[in-house]
Amino acid sequence: MKKLVIYLMAGHATPELAAAAVEGGADVVELGFPFSDPLADGPVIRRAAERALVEGMRTRACLECLARTRELAPDTPLVPMTYAALLEAYGWERFAAAARDAGANSLIVADLPAGERPELRRVQLVAPTSTDERLRLAAEQTDGWLYLVTLTGTTGARDDLSPALAGLVERARAVTPVPLYAGFGISTPGHARAAAELADGVVVGSRAVEIADEGPGALRTYVASLREAIDST
Amino acid sequence: MTSTAGLFGTYGGRYVPETLVPALDELEAGWRDAQNDPAFHDELDVLGRTFAGRPTPLTRAERFAPRKRLYLKREDLLHTGAHKLNNALGQAVLARRLGKDRIVAETGAGQHGVAAATVCARFGFECVVYMGEEDMRRQRPNVERMHLLGAEVRPVEFGTRTLKEATSEAIRDWVTNVETTHYLIGSCVGPAPYPELVRELQAVIGREARAQFLEAEDRLPEVVIACVGGGSNAIGIFSAFVDDPDVRLVGVEAAGAASLGTGRAAVLHGARSSVLTDDDGQVTDAHSISAGLDYPGVGPEHAWLRDNGRADYVGTTDEEALAAFRELTRLEGIIPALEPSHALARVRELDEEDVLLCLSGRGDKDLAEVLAH
Repeated sequence: MKKLVIYLMAGHATPELAAAAVEGGADVVELGFPFSDPLADGPVIRRAAERALVEGMRTRACLECLARTRELAPDTPLVPMTYAALLEAYGWERFAAAARDAGANSLIVADLPAGERPELRRVQLVAPTSTDERLRLAAEQTDGWLYLVTLTGTTGARDDLSPALAGLVERARAVTPVPLYAGFGISTPGHARAAAELADGVVVGSRAVEIADEGPGALRTYVASLREAIDST
Repeated sequence: MTSTAGLFGTYGGRYVPETLVPALDELEAGWRDAQNDPAFHDELDVLGRTFAGRPTPLTRAERFAPRKRLYLKREDLLHTGAHKLNNALGQAVLARRLGKDRIVAETGAGQHGVAAATVCARFGFECVVYMGEEDMRRQRPNVERMHLLGAEVRPVEFGTRTLKEATSEAIRDWVTNVETTHYLIGSCVGPAPYPELVRELQAVIGREARAQFLEAEDRLPEVVIACVGGGSNAIGIFSAFVDDPDVRLVGVEAAGAASLGTGRAAVLHGARSSVLTDDDGQVTDAHSISAGLDYPGVGPEHAWLRDNGRADYVGTTDEEALAAFRELTRLEGIIPALEPSHALARVRELDEEDVLLCLSGRGDKDLAEVLAH
């Protein structure tokens, strides 16, 4: 069965939203810990991060959000996603330990490429521009699954699923048996189905963050539509 | 890629999304190749002399600081009006060697944007410059210049609307267009190899100044002083004296943007450096009357020079910079940019007498701002 990963920005309403996403069929929830200067993010997630910071979602508050989410979604893998600056300030091992204690199953650091700090267990990202050697390295170092960034660009919805995904999946499969989940630019059930046909799982971020603004009900419905699309492959 | 490459002590590194790693590897390889190629150095030398106006003079300032023997390295006389062109020319040649035909750049005061637009006109590249909306307002002439040169200037309308956001947007553009595009970064910041690359391209300032000072005074300066925003003119002039232990190095920041004075170790724009952040690593606002110094980060090599004691870093307020701007203008007949005015403001209180200051740019772009204060 293909996996559905939903990304949500940490916030006061997030634990309930995460629970709604799980009810809708999400297998994994990524929790964005906002950073003031998120290089990998397009306007939707960047604005969500700004709002979260204004709301007071500093590292401590994000860890509390994670812990509350763990209570509401006890069986769902939870993965904080953030930028190196937060770990640098908190202490790299200290952050990893605190996240684990709060219920995290792993971690994603968007600006810490494979090969850097290999001792920090995390889900590695690869991109269409990654060389085969880097695919191999990332796969060796990744924690559980490999995050395939489908396009050359930042996060954000696009009209069509990136044509670069098929080639990236093929190259990644050639060097590793690790599960491959595709993300960036996936927003509609159509995109999700097309991506799930190629990969082992699908990550939806920006569109989920937008719909989450409409409340848990809307999010549950949206996630259910993605679930249905993925399950039809 | 090794993880010890691109480090200055514990600063530097490559904190970037995976998408950019192959581009940085390609840039690094192309840069090493160019460094070992006499034709590259010859080409830069010819461009420097015939297009940019090198060597720039070393001017003895007689009246500004009467108790000092003050020499000004005149990067204000370089084509486009600031030291930025040294770096833009070198990176344009590199971009051509790498087969790129689109340039993306960030700019604060607009001098680097103008330099980038200038080299793109000269080399026939497409040029996109990101500039904070607030900076566009306070550096209007440079915006107009970039347009005339054929560059597209994209305003950045969120956050502080200054250099920090312009840099982030330039990087996001590069992430999106990495196969066709070279990111022509304007200072010695960013992921490796940029800090080293930019230093090497600005090192011509130091090489020339050292020879000129020796010719004028038959000895080395006692102190070399320069303003520090990202830090490229400073690192360029410092580089010729780093191995001379009797030459003190002083970097001058804007007091409201004192990344080295009041910042802490953090990650911004691809490098670990000294940044104005809160306890959580969130970047805080910088404030400076001068757009080119209004940046909460700084080149990682400066953080290292500070920590190992090789260079001292001090601050200058907006008011002090404005006063120094006016004094140099009235006493020497040179209108400095607001950025090096910060360094000028600290000259009279230096212990040393033989002073070499990098006058990194001219002040035409600042007239409206100065006259409004």
